[in-house]
Amino acid sequence: MNQVGREIPRLEVRAKVTGRADYTHHLRLPGMLYGKVFRSTVPHGRIRGIDIQAARELPGVYRVVTGEDIKTVVADPYYGPAFHDQPILALDKVRHVGEPVAVVLAGDPHVAEQAVQMISADYEELPAVYDEVAAMQPDALVHDVLKPAGTFADLKHLKGRGGTNVALDYHLRRGDVDQAFAKAAHVFEHTFKTQQCLHLALEPFVSVAEPGDNRLTIHTANQSPSFVRVEIARLFGWPENRVRVKVPYLGGGFGGKLYIKLEALVAALSMLVRRPVKIALTMEEQFYMITKHPTTFRIKSGVDRDGRVVARSCTVHWNGGAYADIGPRVAQKSGFTAAGPYDIDNVSVDSYELYTNRTPAGALRGFGIPQLVWAYESHTDLIARELGIDPLEFRRRNILRDGRPHVSGTVLRDAAIPEVLEALAARLGWDAPFDRGSGTLRRGRGIAIAMKAVISPTTSVAIVNISADGSTTVYTSTVDMGQGSDTAYALIVGEVLGIEAESVRVVHSDTDVTPYDMGTLGSRSLYHMGNAVRLAAEDARSKLRALASEAGLPEGTNYPPSEIFKKRYGMQAGNVVGTASFVPSYKPPDSQTGQSENVTPFWMIGGAGAEVEVDTETGHVRVIRLVNAADCGKPINPGVARAQLSGAAIMQLGFTLSEAMQLDGGQVTNASLADYKIPGIGDVPPIECELVAAEQHSGPFGAKGLGETGTFGVSPAIANAIHDAVGVRIMELPITAEAVLRALRAKAGRPLDDE
Amino acid sequence: MTERIINFTLNGQKVSTAIEPHRNLVELLERFDLTGARESCGQGLCGCCTVLVDDVAVSGCLYFAVWVDGKTVSTVEQFDADGTLSAVQQGFIDCGAFQCGFCTPGFVLMTHQLLKHHPQPSDDDIRCYLAGNLCRCGAYPEIIQAVKRAARAGALTPASAI
Repeated sequence: MNQVGREIPRLEVRAKVTGRADYTHHLRLPGMLYGKVFRSTVPHGRIRGIDIQAARELPGVYRVVTGEDIKTVVADPYYGPAFHDQPILALDKVRHVGEPVAVVLAGDPHVAEQAVQMISADYEELPAVYDEVAAMQPDALVHDVLKPAGTFADLKHLKGRGGTNVALDYHLRRGDVDQAFAKAAHVFEHTFKTQQCLHLALEPFVSVAEPGDNRLTIHTANQSPSFVRVEIARLFGWPENRVRVKVPYLGGGFGGKLYIKLEALVAALSMLVRRPVKIALTMEEQFYMITKHPTTFRIKSGVDRDGRVVARSCTVHWNGGAYADIGPRVAQKSGFTAAGPYDIDNVSVDSYELYTNRTPAGALRGFGIPQLVWAYESHTDLIARELGIDPLEFRRRNILRDGRPHVSGTVLRDAAIPEVLEALAARLGWDAPFDRGSGTLRRGRGIAIAMKAVISPTTSVAIVNISADGSTTVYTSTVDMGQGSDTAYALIVGEVLGIEAESVRVVHSDTDVTPYDMGTLGSRSLYHMGNAVRLAAEDARSKLRALASEAGLPEGTNYPPSEIFKKRYGMQAGNVVGTASFVPSYKPPDSQTGQSENVTPFWMIGGAGAEVEVDTETGHVRVIRLVNAADCGKPINPGVARAQLSGAAIMQLGFTLSEAMQLDGGQVTNASLADYKIPGIGDVPPIECELVAAEQHSGPFGAKGLGETGTFGVSPAIANAIHDAVGVRIMELPITAEAVLRALRAKAGRPLDDE
Repeated sequence: MTERIINFTLNGQKVSTAIEPHRNLVELLERFDLTGARESCGQGLCGCCTVLVDDVAVSGCLYFAVWVDGKTVSTVEQFDADGTLSAVQQGFIDCGAFQCGFCTPGFVLMTHQLLKHHPQPSDDDIRCYLAGNLCRCGAYPEIIQAVKRAARAGALTPASAI
């Protein structure tokens, strides 16, 4: 019975259309207190005092808690996946507007909210830094000393140091860049910028901690329950098995609900008051939790007479905000693909993760790749235009192909870069005549392609349990936030065991029950957990065969599992439990040159093509058509895979055209859905998504991850199309009508006045 | 604050409860263990908290609970009360018109309203009617397909069964 490759609805569809799906958002427990957070109003300052008296006296307030109270239950209350730099509640200093300073606990959230308004704090303001390039100078220091966490294998090299805002600097060197630039026929240099934006899941951050007998249960909307367990246990100095982390469905994650967000806070509060505590953020508060890195990317390329890129240097500054979160990994992992999916012999990359006095930045659907692609694919297009070479042809000449070494030194395998490029060209009808518009409405088109390496090395463990009637249950700590992981694992188990995927039960993350997984992030789950699930199912299958032989059944016969159990145990009894862990091989990159022969277990390849219409009188850009192509290996559930691509492209469309956090003196001035515009149903152009024929030989049944891939090419494809339409180049996201109009007027020699 | 007794019809059942005047409709529904309407943006901009009051769609986060006194309230939970899904819900499943599912009840309710007023909506009708519902997973193309599919299915059944 072929299961893999079937297009089936996700297992949980009924629960979701009926409004009965389980989210942490809904959770209420007996005796539960609601926490509301009092936040810093200054971007950088020393706390002189916090006045909680009036709040404490408000009827209905159970307790008001500050950072000093937290220390009574967690002696060293700093957490973080890369650095232990983030206090559970501010201690001594605040480092960004919106940083949690105190919490009011009350049985009624409205009372807690009212009491928060009655708290005041006095700060000695310190110089603040907001720009990632300015932060390279130690004029305003966000942290006095940096404390590496040492948790993850790929971040073991982080150094504790002082006197700097640089959390991580990553360097890659290949060939002789200086000499290659000197010899190049043409040299091009550009600087591109991206804005601060955010995940904005419609289920805002929410966590509940429930103290038990010598243990703690955390119910949370989080993409990495195993990490939460390890980190909470570390904070309390407990063994892992005293912490239980449960995650039901997630109302959106996108990389925001990773590592520790509200979990340490609710855990400490619940231990203080010995009652269940829930904190659920408002939409506005999400703007002060975690964001996407703003970047400045200076990229320089040397090109020979034949239109081949012979040298490229990349300098990327990542604006990590006040706490590192997973930013150092973003700067490093994205850093080594900063030169793009191109075959270039001489490359240098310098990638810097900076602390600033903004809301922290972490991973957002692409782990930094969309920021890089914005720069290198805009740059690639500019080079092609300058040289008078068709942008498609220029890419054909320069793309990396299987068997050739990537600039990291890892030889490319199972990376369908040419296939993705040609799929875009074919869909757009690149060689066919194109209506370029007329009058004040001008049309153009553009393409962009990209690659991403998956996070490595990471571990996934799976359990497949066959019950005595033959029904099968899968236990994993993958978090299904709509990407269809439950269904994909059911299809994989179904394929191995020869049963219908719809009959397989997938148990959601509960660290008392489901085994370790590094996290649902970076498009890693289908490959890593998918492999673990496949191996666990194979383990279960061989144990079932062993059981049949114990029961005296002749080998090679095809008894149904229920018969085997009955024969062996004399009744409907027993279990067969298959287990497996999967961790791919990996060689860490050299710290000086970034070179490694095995830097990633697989590559994600994606690209986009766009057709746009620009109104030259207003600068308004209308995307007429958006085409997305991706290499996801052999898809496990093709319909869901295409929907992932489409959804990712739509999200990136928002980051391209409208979304930007506006800052004034460190304050976010548009922290609501009224002023921060995410795509609605009227903003979405016709989208076509294509999964190119490909296979990831090391993946489960040839598949690999694609949750992020659909974002990659969207922004530069649109900028390239705008250039094609009206001859102006936008160097900074988002591409607003104002930005386009300013560029048009500047080109016409009639620049608009600044505000 | 002083509680007020309110009487209303909830998904076809007459109910009564005491509630303070500052509570919103989402909080009221939570008391009845109905969680299909969810407060997300808190400003009536995302549609996650959509509820029908006397057959008019309202944002539950901005609608005071006491206002439903004497009225009829319908939530997404009404549709599968008999164990079967509505044509709209089935259309959303068949077209894969959601991912995380958090916004889905709001879309389902608004689609029912849309089809009641426009049994065979055009793409523009759909975009216009669902403009107040946001989906961060970006399932909009599939949602448009689902609405059309439901419209086709709905045309074959009595309007009340949509």
